[in-house]
Amino acid sequence: MIVVNGERCDAPAGETVVAVLARIGVAEDARGVAVAVDGEVVPRAAWSSFALAGDARVEVLTAMQGG
Amino acid sequence: MGSDELVIAGTALRSRLLLGTGGFTSLELLADSIAASASELVTVALRRIDVGAHGSLIDVLTAAGVRLLPNTAGCHTARDAVLTARLAREAFATDWIKLEVIGDEDTLLPDAPELLRAAEELVDDGFVVLPYTTDDPVLARRLADIGCAAVMPLGSPIGSGMGIRNPYNIALIREAVEVPVVLDAGIGTASDAALAMELGCDAVMAASAIARAQDPVRMARAMRAAVEAGRLAHGAGRIARRTYATPSTPTEGLADLAPSPSPLT
Repeated sequence: MIVVNGERCDAPAGETVVAVLARIGVAEDARGVAVAVDGEVVPRAAWSSFALAGDARVEVLTAMQGG
Repeated sequence: MGSDELVIAGTALRSRLLLGTGGFTSLELLADSIAASASELVTVALRRIDVGAHGSLIDVLTAAGVRLLPNTAGCHTARDAVLTARLAREAFATDWIKLEVIGDEDTLLPDAPELLRAAEELVDDGFVVLPYTTDDPVLARRLADIGCAAVMPLGSPIGSGMGIRNPYNIALIREAVEVPVVLDAGIGTASDAALAMELGCDAVMAASAIARAQDPVRMARAMRAAVEAGRLAHGAGRIARRTYATPSTPTEGLADLAPSPSPLT
């Protein structure tokens, strides 16, 4: 099962990062967004080609007030 | 007073006040406070996206024309901090990072060994690293030696408003390193910021002191004035402290005001 920001996601294994972002309403060209999969950065240029494993843990992050 | 710019890693900034964005109750208040502070370098954190969130912090900061300084707040290990820095570089297209590696939940004091490890790795990876550190001059020198672009010693714990608890160490840090010293954490009110600058700090970072003040915009203006005043006073060179008074008016030519006529001599 793919987990996105700590929540179960219905995406099947092999789905790309871009597709998973679309599922949660994040556009491919959204500003100020970064993605990590299983504790590694996935650069924006690789979002459309990166295929997720069936048990991938995806973190979708953006700017928050802080510091 | 001409160009008295703060230069970090070759980038010149006119303002010597860094602003934290945490704690502002609305993006409008944040925007107004940034304007009042005249700050050009503003911190942001990286957290899980909330697609339903109202307004965009990035849009507000872009409109304000400020440079972003992402932080690694909440990280407790070098590994997490390095990964967060790399994600921030992806998200915000900047290689500047305010490096925080926290070692204790109650005091939010830095974990020195993890901080050094993370700083080394990020410098090697081409980051412009501004580490949040204790007021320890030896640790500050180590961080500078590694290649950090500035050091950010605390005045007192984050959000405590306790001001600068060890001004002697802050002055020693200023002597110990060549890179800019940015007093971070503990600022409670304008006089704390002025003191930091009088001690020789190159800049001051304020977050809670402004965001949680009863009138944040007015406090932002106060911090701006305090940083400028402290900078001027440091450059002007203060008088020495002494126990006894020194008259500021000459004693020569003092009138004889005795009530009875004094005999001519």
